[in-house]
Amino acid sequence: MGEVEQISEFGKILIFLITGFVLVGLTFFLSKLIAPNNPNPEKLTSYECGEEPEGSSWIQFNPKFYVIALIFLLFDVEMVFVFPWATVFGNHDLIKAEPLWGWFSLIEMFIFIGILILGLVYVWVKGDLDWIKAKPIIPTVDTNIPQSLYDKVNQQQSAYKVKAFTLETVFESKQPVTAGATATSVETANPAPAMRFKPSFKKPANE
Amino acid sequence: MNPGGDVIVTKLDDLLNWARLSSLWPLSFGIACCAIEMMGSMASTYDLDRLGVFPRPSARQADVIIIAGTVTFKMAERIKRLYEQMPEPKYVISMGSCSNCGGPYWQHGYHVVKGVDRVIPVDIYVQGCPPRPEALIGGILELQKKITGESI
Repeated sequence: MGEVEQISEFGKILIFLITGFVLVGLTFFLSKLIAPNNPNPEKLTSYECGEEPEGSSWIQFNPKFYVIALIFLLFDVEMVFVFPWATVFGNHDLIKAEPLWGWFSLIEMFIFIGILILGLVYVWVKGDLDWIKAKPIIPTVDTNIPQSLYDKVNQQQSAYKVKAFTLETVFESKQPVTAGATATSVETANPAPAMRFKPSFKKPANE
Repeated sequence: MNPGGDVIVTKLDDLLNWARLSSLWPLSFGIACCAIEMMGSMASTYDLDRLGVFPRPSARQADVIIIAGTVTFKMAERIKRLYEQMPEPKYVISMGSCSNCGGPYWQHGYHVVKGVDRVIPVDIYVQGCPPRPEALIGGILELQKKITGESI
């Protein structure tokens, strides 16, 4: 390893970059060369799962997303700075050379994060983190059907109760007449008619 | 062309065909009950992935469209458009009686296309109502055989 290296560390990265560009370019050139190319208007339209595309593809986004993305980016970049800091923060050689190194670097990082947290507090106070909920507007329709009718339907539906399951009543209802008279629920009423409509072949004995 | 050139073209054909038949990506597109069998053959039991068959969500990435089910006239327009939107080389597998010839709707189905080959060119017909996954795998193997014989 005593020799002088022909290429620096940055030179190696340059070679990697050149190799990457050449390989990607070669692949694109090969596919251009080999791939059949016969476009038609149908093929060049937007892919809409087989439907005819209509309308503009320029749709509107809530600007709230922009603010959230910006704040996310801020703290994402912060992480990028914190990781290299963490590798040199507790470095023994640096602390040996300058005993106050650890404290300096710690305080420095707290100042850096403090500035960012100040930004977060600012955003919070400004109300940019409050997600504005949509207020649905129920359209009014000019009909003679009163609102109370809908309320009645809703109340009836919300008054649904789960019936307690009991095995006892089902068995009892297999007993003839007396259990059938006491049975009130649907489950208990069903087996009793089932006895009457028992499928059977037409035989003189069954008539 | 000289004999040496023929050898080069043949070898290139072999390479391209091998590449194409080893990764037949179908459009993930099912119309009716045959699609259930198609899903079954793509799932773990029959594992079509071992043949390089892997469903793609966009027609732009698909090589083969498996018409798995009853083709109604309403759907035929969409099938035609999807087929047109696929890049070349593109193949069609007609799976099941309905897309082969109309199936049980042959006579009285006023709404059913009597064979998807009246709309788009079909390479392989898989018979059955619905075909078992083995039949679909057989169809894909047949398509691979067909691709082997292609030339630039």
